[in-house]
Amino acid sequence: MQEDVLRALVEEVRTGRTERRDFVARLAGLGLSAPFASLLLASAGVAQAQPAPYKPTRRGGGGPLKLLFWQGPTLLNPHFGIGAKDQEGSALFYEPLARYDPDGNLVPVLAAEIPSRANGGIAADGRSTTWKLKKGVRWHDGKPFTADDVVFNFTYATDIATAATTFAQYEGIAAATRIDAETVRFEFQKPTPLWHRSVGVALVPKHLFETFGGTRSRDAPTNLRPIGTGPYRFVDFKPGDLLRGEINRDYHATNRPHFDTVELKGGGDATSAARAVLQTGEYDFGWNLQVEDEVLTRMEASRRGRVVACPSGDVEMIQVNHADPWTEVDGERSSPKSRHPVLSDGAVREALTLLLDRKSIQGFVYGRAGVATPNFLNNPARLNSPNVKNEFSVERANAVLDAAGWKRGSDGVREKDGRKLKLLFQTSINSVRQKVQNIYKQSCAKAGIELELKGVTAAVFFSSDLANPDTYGKFLADLQMYAVAGRPPDPGVFMQWFLSSQATGKANKWQSVNRGRWRNDDYDRLYRASEVELDPVKRTALLIEMNDLICREHAVIPVVYRPSMYGLGRQLVAPLSGWDTALSSIAEWYAEA
Amino acid sequence: MAGSTPASATVDPLAAAAPPVAVPVAARPRASVSPWAEAWRRFKRHRLAVLGLVVLVLMILLVAFGPLVWRVQINDIDFSARLKTPTATHPFGTDDLGQDIFARVLYGGRISLAVGLSAMLMAMVVGVTIGAVAGISRGAVDAALMWLTDLFLSLPLLPLLLVLTYLFRDALKGAFGPEVGVFMLIVVVIGAFGWMPVARLVRAQFFSLREKEFVEAARALGASVPRQVVRHILPNSLGPVIVAGTINVAAAIIAESTLSFLGLGFPPDIPTWGRILSDAKEYLDIAPHWAIFPGTAIFLAVLCINFVGDGLRDALDPRRVL
Amino acid sequence: MGHYLLRRLLIALPALLGISVVLFTVLALAPGDPFSEMALNPNVPPEVQANLRKQFGLDDPIWQRYFRWLLAMLQGDWGFSFISRIDVDKLILSRVPVTLAIIGASQVLALVIALPVGIYSAARPYSWFDRIASTLAFIGFSLPTFFTGLLLILLFSIKLDWLPFVYRADLAATGWDWWVQQIRQSAMPVAVLGFFQAAGWTRYVRSATLDVIRLDYVTTARSKGLHERAVILKHVVRNAMIPVVTLVALTLPQVFGGAVVTEQIFRVPGIGSLLIDAIQRNDLPVVMAVTFVLSCLVIAFNLIADVLYGWLDPRISYR
Repeated sequence: MQEDVLRALVEEVRTGRTERRDFVARLAGLGLSAPFASLLLASAGVAQAQPAPYKPTRRGGGGPLKLLFWQGPTLLNPHFGIGAKDQEGSALFYEPLARYDPDGNLVPVLAAEIPSRANGGIAADGRSTTWKLKKGVRWHDGKPFTADDVVFNFTYATDIATAATTFAQYEGIAAATRIDAETVRFEFQKPTPLWHRSVGVALVPKHLFETFGGTRSRDAPTNLRPIGTGPYRFVDFKPGDLLRGEINRDYHATNRPHFDTVELKGGGDATSAARAVLQTGEYDFGWNLQVEDEVLTRMEASRRGRVVACPSGDVEMIQVNHADPWTEVDGERSSPKSRHPVLSDGAVREALTLLLDRKSIQGFVYGRAGVATPNFLNNPARLNSPNVKNEFSVERANAVLDAAGWKRGSDGVREKDGRKLKLLFQTSINSVRQKVQNIYKQSCAKAGIELELKGVTAAVFFSSDLANPDTYGKFLADLQMYAVAGRPPDPGVFMQWFLSSQATGKANKWQSVNRGRWRNDDYDRLYRASEVELDPVKRTALLIEMNDLICREHAVIPVVYRPSMYGLGRQLVAPLSGWDTALSSIAEWYAEA
Repeated sequence: MAGSTPASATVDPLAAAAPPVAVPVAARPRASVSPWAEAWRRFKRHRLAVLGLVVLVLMILLVAFGPLVWRVQINDIDFSARLKTPTATHPFGTDDLGQDIFARVLYGGRISLAVGLSAMLMAMVVGVTIGAVAGISRGAVDAALMWLTDLFLSLPLLPLLLVLTYLFRDALKGAFGPEVGVFMLIVVVIGAFGWMPVARLVRAQFFSLREKEFVEAARALGASVPRQVVRHILPNSLGPVIVAGTINVAAAIIAESTLSFLGLGFPPDIPTWGRILSDAKEYLDIAPHWAIFPGTAIFLAVLCINFVGDGLRDALDPRRVL
Repeated sequence: MGHYLLRRLLIALPALLGISVVLFTVLALAPGDPFSEMALNPNVPPEVQANLRKQFGLDDPIWQRYFRWLLAMLQGDWGFSFISRIDVDKLILSRVPVTLAIIGASQVLALVIALPVGIYSAARPYSWFDRIASTLAFIGFSLPTFFTGLLLILLFSIKLDWLPFVYRADLAATGWDWWVQQIRQSAMPVAVLGFFQAAGWTRYVRSATLDVIRLDYVTTARSKGLHERAVILKHVVRNAMIPVVTLVALTLPQVFGGAVVTEQIFRVPGIGSLLIDAIQRNDLPVVMAVTFVLSCLVIAFNLIADVLYGWLDPRISYR
């Protein structure tokens, strides 16, 4: 979609000739997420939609809130969170400057308002943003929350010795300066469109952490006894098992929170967590229910709870190995210097894309938890882009392969130039993924492609252990499938996954992100342009072009995009967002009587 | 504490003690019977054992040749026939992808039975050997072997498995082909974790048995230590070993399912019994047939092995007169 | 006996040391990375992960890491969990009470079931009682615990709604009410584990008692006119206990780290789930500490069993 078309569309939304909702859907059809569309509109000065009303008229009185996470948090410092679940535990006590609501809009939490061009928050030259902080916010120990705390979090996280996992969220920021007690300015190294990357970092108090910077960071006692600004105060923590909090009577938002105590229990598996919420009602909230949708629907029949699917940026995809895992180049297999003898043939990739029965996978395996998508950047609706089709056709796949010269051998497997179409397909151990593998294997067999299936324990598959051959970084297979977490709604970071310079290999210890080892000069050019493009509309056009390129060339095969599935019990009302942690909005939760 | 009675029920102690009498009584020569034939005869008299053996052999034949007769593929995905109860086309019903459970149970039975039986045998052989050696010797050898046992008892299964798989999988794959290689790895690993109880049980039996009179008598007659062990002590210590054997088969089949659940065993699309059970567990309330068949299969296998074991013990027990 | 005991105790220490070396090596060699989840997070640059690995000494040679661990252990410092940054001993201690309560109770239940049932079955072999008990025992150990656990949950929690199935270590109630709640929530995990254990043990007890009950001296006792109960309890049981003692000694240490499946299903925060969690995340200090304690328990209980043999059967001598 061209830039001027986009510009015109934005204008239409602003003047009210087009519904905001339609605009978001159109952009989604082109592969851009809802929050990205929202940010685009916000930057053009289009007002946000109003949030759902909060009903309770006083603070507290809601009784206990019981949350069930089948992976319990083990850490309570948001700067050390290793996976998404660790951020959940800290979300009870710590808060960020702003959070993402279910539609992907930025909602201020500790900030007074979201910066924009209009209110002067975003500088015209794109080199800095200024945040005004909310007045009257106090830490749980009574000390006031000021700009010093915000600056401290920046220095704390960006110190390499601290080894904070939030390091990358401050990437590109040259300095954080306190303007006055309630104003902070972030200055960027170069003009960047990604001014909001650091927004979601939950903030810790300077006065308790400043003596524990650098290598002493892990010794801080507050690591395990959090003092934050959040709606609940810390009571007790047993790592991996139980986390308890009680209401913060001095919370900075009126009439919030609703519940008097909160309890977060961890352990077990997703299915029994779903049962505890939906069937026995022992818990009010179940996190990340990665269970077959059919099983969930059955559990909902007891009418004690319901399942909510929140759109998010997570995409389950099949990564194609563009390098050759079966030949060693310079002592390295799947070297970025090599090209895959079979998969570099575009016809094969096209056939593989045609053989993925997304509809059945969505219908019979994922259900609500996985919505079929042909786009890499998530796509909740059927396509608009004429180039990206969501088609499943064994006949067409056969036709494409025949046309490209792949003839069936005596065993039914196609071959050409002495190479057989036999591919090794690996993924992590997960019953849903294994089913998808089975389905794919069967349809590929109908087109003369033989798939050998392999499952690797998740802890090993996703590890960065240098010596292990089964990691997804090493990618010693032809195809691999896993989900990409699309948590930051801006796809800019995401798109690095196709940059040639990011090709994973021995040189960067298999740590970088282009695990498919894809190389395309056009793509690289587009990406570089998008990195520095400040005009959001122009940048969006570039991103759409990049998505089209990936999908046209079949660099990856997206399977389904995965909304976050949560179980809610009782009459719990919770504005859950797939773009942020589940508990990011916990101050807004209440139970209808 | 076995073996407090005379070694042979046919010897009359009084006659043996009396001085030889002049009148020679022409004894009818007894037909010589090999000990194995004798054992087999006694086994046959144990009805349940024979039944168990027959059913076991039937099961083995079924899983070995069944897939050649029942031609339905194990991973024929058919979304229109999901979770169907048993019918003529699908005698055991279908699972949630429409795959035929009967075919899967037959195919998986090969692996489950093979793994169960071989892991059990391996654990038995290793356990009995180590237990016997430790039981009959004392001091340093016993201490060393018990240290080894304690070591294996302390080892956590999972990390050890990961290490072994990572080290040997490719080598085995190269030498024996992917399926046989994985099979051997699993048998070795499961067997390696089953021998310790057997060893300790056998050793305990040996401690009490080696002090018994009949062993002393054998020693007095000049029997060497190995002979004492093999002919006298070992047959009497088989009781707990047999029980351990049956429990080990079930444990091995279940352990295999846990392994494949963790990605360390057979590839995920191979339907071993334990794996089918694991897949079926979430659908117990709407499709119990999916779990009932593999569960029954495991139960039957265990039952048969147990009866065979009972029969074996009675057959080999030198004290019993059948 | 005293001499033997002393000798065994002296050997125990180097034995323990040897085991710890092997354990440590196996754990250090096992593939996987405690910080693997970072790799999934696009926000985390690889340098951070590499830095963390260096901080925890994960890239040092194995022997170096072992000695560091050993020295710390000798000084009473059990190390620091990689994942949750809590002292390992605090972590373990916080889970011991729950483990003892649930897993310990299930072992007791298993013993309480297995002994009477096994002995009675052996006293009346092939009777109705024996057949039923044996069949139940076969079913018991043929079915994996994840299966029976789920069955019980479906029946008692979901269909009948009698029992909660998520275990809570911190019950708010006090006094009598606390006991009622505790029993309600422990009933299922204790039952699942206890029956599984009891199934196996019943068979062993039965077999061991059968071996003894056919012996001559039992017939003698009976012919002396002793009451059947006295015969069984005074003469048979003690002599049949040797295999049982062996078994109980073998399974008791499993309290400390076995029962993983049951703990997972019912969310019992015991040491088993701590161990499996730590293993799956390659949290080496925790795994090492738990398995080390496990090996101490194994050695201790096997020693106790050996001593008990001598008491049960006076003819067993240790020279």
